[in-house]
Amino acid sequence: MKTILILISSLFIFTHNHGYKVGDIATDFSLYNTNGEKVSLADYADAKGFIVIFTCNTCPYSVANEDRIIVFDKKYAAKGYPVIAINPNDPAAISGEQLIDMKTRAAEKGFTFPYLQDKGQHIYPKYGATKTPHVFTLEKQEKGNVVQYIGAIDDSSRNPEKATQRYVEEAVDALLAGQLPKVTYTKAIGCSIKTL
Amino acid sequence: MKHTYFFVILVGFSCTITQKTEIPTLSYSELKPFLYKEGNKTYVVNFWATWCAPCIKELPYFEAQNQNENIDVLLVSLDFPKHKESRLLPFIKKHQLKSKVVHLDDANENFWINAIDSTWSGAIPATLIYNQNKRMFYEQSFTEDELNQIINTF
Repeated sequence: MKTILILISSLFIFTHNHGYKVGDIATDFSLYNTNGEKVSLADYADAKGFIVIFTCNTCPYSVANEDRIIVFDKKYAAKGYPVIAINPNDPAAISGEQLIDMKTRAAEKGFTFPYLQDKGQHIYPKYGATKTPHVFTLEKQEKGNVVQYIGAIDDSSRNPEKATQRYVEEAVDALLAGQLPKVTYTKAIGCSIKTL
Repeated sequence: MKHTYFFVILVGFSCTITQKTEIPTLSYSELKPFLYKEGNKTYVVNFWATWCAPCIKELPYFEAQNQNENIDVLLVSLDFPKHKESRLLPFIKKHQLKSKVVHLDDANENFWINAIDSTWSGAIPATLIYNQNKRMFYEQSFTEDELNQIINTF
């Protein structure tokens, strides 16, 4: 009987492990920021939505995209779409990803947005993030924070100057104009999320 | 004496040129012919980068395969364009890579990643192996034995 129960519960976990699709309602969370305070989406009463980005300290793709993320927050936070960065890596699985490392990096780069630690790695699987960086653009509606775009920041992760399609900006611009994004899903290019 | 100087300058100049042309930077459309060769060999195309530790670990296995005259190995570097001179070229020199290396620099990732294989997430290491009969894409790293066994099935 025990075996059957374990089997059933593992199937349950498996089938619920695929993450969000566009149109799903994203879960809120309460995660520690680099300044020691907890941050939730619910804290942002005036937000129209969120640019949630799973990213980290050590992945070359994350580092290469930091400046673009900083620009997003400068451009869109005032318009109602703040950036919320979440580090999904387990610090036990890779060095340089402790909260103290995140704090150093945030200070060096002058992050204007929260940089949260997914302690225990409970949030990123719910979203279905697989990479750093991996973006989920959410639109706040009455029923909750609806996922409107999943994927890459733009179509040129290694060289921002060559980007021809800026997926996240195009999605947020569309939502701000009361429209749905034209491109709602792309493959996120980056490093795998590191867990034990 | 004058001739000697001229000779030295000439040799120096041609070396610089050779080194630069050895590792071409290609767009996807320029890379594509290497993914569809029609010869009698088995073609092994490995996507890697100098910053990718599991990629570096398996490079010697690909180098060993390249010594087989029936196998043609191509190492496609996904190093960042700005790191080609500072990291990729010194790495190739230091490790004396014998397989052919090209550097892929193409924006429009959501096009070429899917074009190379629709199942590919874009993560590396990843390897395309094909010949006239069979074509497979592997988004994984290999042990030396695993790579041997897989190539033997082609």
